[in-house]
Amino acid sequence: MDTALETRDLTIRFGGHVAVNAVSCTFAPGTLTSIVGPNGAGKTTYFNLISGQLKATSGRVLLRGEDISGAPAPQRSRRGIGRAFQLTNLFPNLSVLENIRLAVQSRARLGLNLWSIWSSHRELIRRAEEVLETVALTAKRDLPASALPHGDQRKLEVGILMALEPDVFMFDEPTAGMSVDEVPVILDLIRELKTRRDKTILLVEHKMDVVRELSDRIVVLHNGSLVADGEPAAVIASPVVQEAYLGVEASR
Amino acid sequence: MFSRLLSGDLPRSRMLTLLLLGVLAALAFAPFLFPGAKALNVAAKICIFIVLVASFDLLLGYTGIVSFAHTMFFGIGAYGVAIAITRLGPTWAGVAAGTGCALLVSLLLSLLIGLFSLRVKALFYAMITLAVATAFMTLASQLSDFTGGEDGLSFKVPELLSAAFSLREAPFLGVSLNGKLLSYYLVFTATGLLFLLMLRIVNSPFGRVLQAIRENAFRAEALGYRIVVYRTLSNVLSALFATLAGVLLALWLRYNGPDTSLSFEIMIDILLMVVIGGMGTLYGGVLGASLFIVTQNYLQDLMKLASVAATPIPFLRDLVHPDRWLLWLGILFIVSIYRFPFGIVGKLRLKARPPA
Repeated sequence: MDTALETRDLTIRFGGHVAVNAVSCTFAPGTLTSIVGPNGAGKTTYFNLISGQLKATSGRVLLRGEDISGAPAPQRSRRGIGRAFQLTNLFPNLSVLENIRLAVQSRARLGLNLWSIWSSHRELIRRAEEVLETVALTAKRDLPASALPHGDQRKLEVGILMALEPDVFMFDEPTAGMSVDEVPVILDLIRELKTRRDKTILLVEHKMDVVRELSDRIVVLHNGSLVADGEPAAVIASPVVQEAYLGVEASR
Repeated sequence: MFSRLLSGDLPRSRMLTLLLLGVLAALAFAPFLFPGAKALNVAAKICIFIVLVASFDLLLGYTGIVSFAHTMFFGIGAYGVAIAITRLGPTWAGVAAGTGCALLVSLLLSLLIGLFSLRVKALFYAMITLAVATAFMTLASQLSDFTGGEDGLSFKVPELLSAAFSLREAPFLGVSLNGKLLSYYLVFTATGLLFLLMLRIVNSPFGRVLQAIRENAFRAEALGYRIVVYRTLSNVLSALFATLAGVLLALWLRYNGPDTSLSFEIMIDILLMVVIGGMGTLYGGVLGASLFIVTQNYLQDLMKLASVAATPIPFLRDLVHPDRWLLWLGILFIVSIYRFPFGIVGKLRLKARPPA
């Protein structure tokens, strides 16, 4: 199996505006691909099309060669596409642990169990505690998610994705708005995930040094179209990126 | 053991535990503690409304769905028993048939409403349920051959529950052991079992997903939970419990009509009971229903006393006149919602939590 995920001519139009324009791209298993581009390039929209929050106007999404274009978001999640959101998206009045535990529970397919008591499923709680440890939130396990400072909410967002243990991890600016000393926790997690080489990782990130260091490959979106694709060093050096993304007018 | 009975969901506040035990004791020994037909009636009504309010909380407080069709399912239960007994006679088979049919009708109706309309926005859903409930009420009062119309149906209950039935000649602790007493304990026991069952459901993995959906449906979906399935199931369960509450009401009153089980007034009362007690706690239903129904029944008596005491003071005398009881009921509820926005249970739990 050489492709984990593929998009074919994936397109979405909002009225006259083409937000994602015929993007064809394949993602090999065990690799980390960064998707870069200026604000409004369509990166998050492209993510939404893959994870199912938006339905494509045309084009297809294939997971391990299987067409999932028609599947709604929950089904895509259960099939192994996991997503962390750019704007923090938590269960605000539930505890930090419960936010994670709900993801573990979904993975264990226990949601429709009406007869047991949730706390009797010790293994789910233990797993949630493990994940909490990896995102350095153990001390705050009983606080409601809404009481966390922004940086911790970002960590929780990533923690929920980790708990889902999908085949395809999609990080949408995981470190956005985090303080400098908090960023390494998240980056270490992604780095470790990458070295295991059994997961496919898609990353949207603005910090170019991070992208350069982590990526196996970089894809550049501009005005909804794929404009460059390749090895990190080559892509970053290419004139189209220098102009379109980094906005280096001086090179002209 | 005790924790398991409550599905691990303990009151988590000493004051709340005491209040709940107080309500439990008062209801368990009501026939012996509070003599008289009115007191027993109030106690039975509290039991029935505990089930009804808790089942509404399952929908409103846990899943975050606003429905105005809850009394419709309550009414289906009451009509089911009333119609079945009227047709089949006062036998247990009649009660069983009525309950079975009512549950089936509620199941189908709540499933249909759920599947067709839980995808729409919350406000539209509330409007749809309002429309369906109004249509059902009109139907119930129009089909008078079947439902007794506006007059409703009076019927006999199985002999065991009728006042003429006597367990033994001599009264026990001053209370005659007749069918009425048995009826009360039937209602009380059923209430206890149904409440514990609902407590189990909201504390199951499923119940936890309901709360997640209430908090953030979009995120719950991204985690892989099909929210339409969960919302619909919650809608169906809530409807079935309301139906059983209706069955208990009919058995207790030996009568059912549109005003006793279907009226919009009851819908508003349930809403108030949930909010006063504390949404999304289930225990709130116990306190909300108890407080509301006791106030509703005894505020007037209390005011009569106050009015007599205040006879020499002209303005105050008029203000506390028993005819003004609805005004005071209203004021009481406005104040309590203002003071306890998370309900009594929410307030007590907040107080009990050690400062972080």
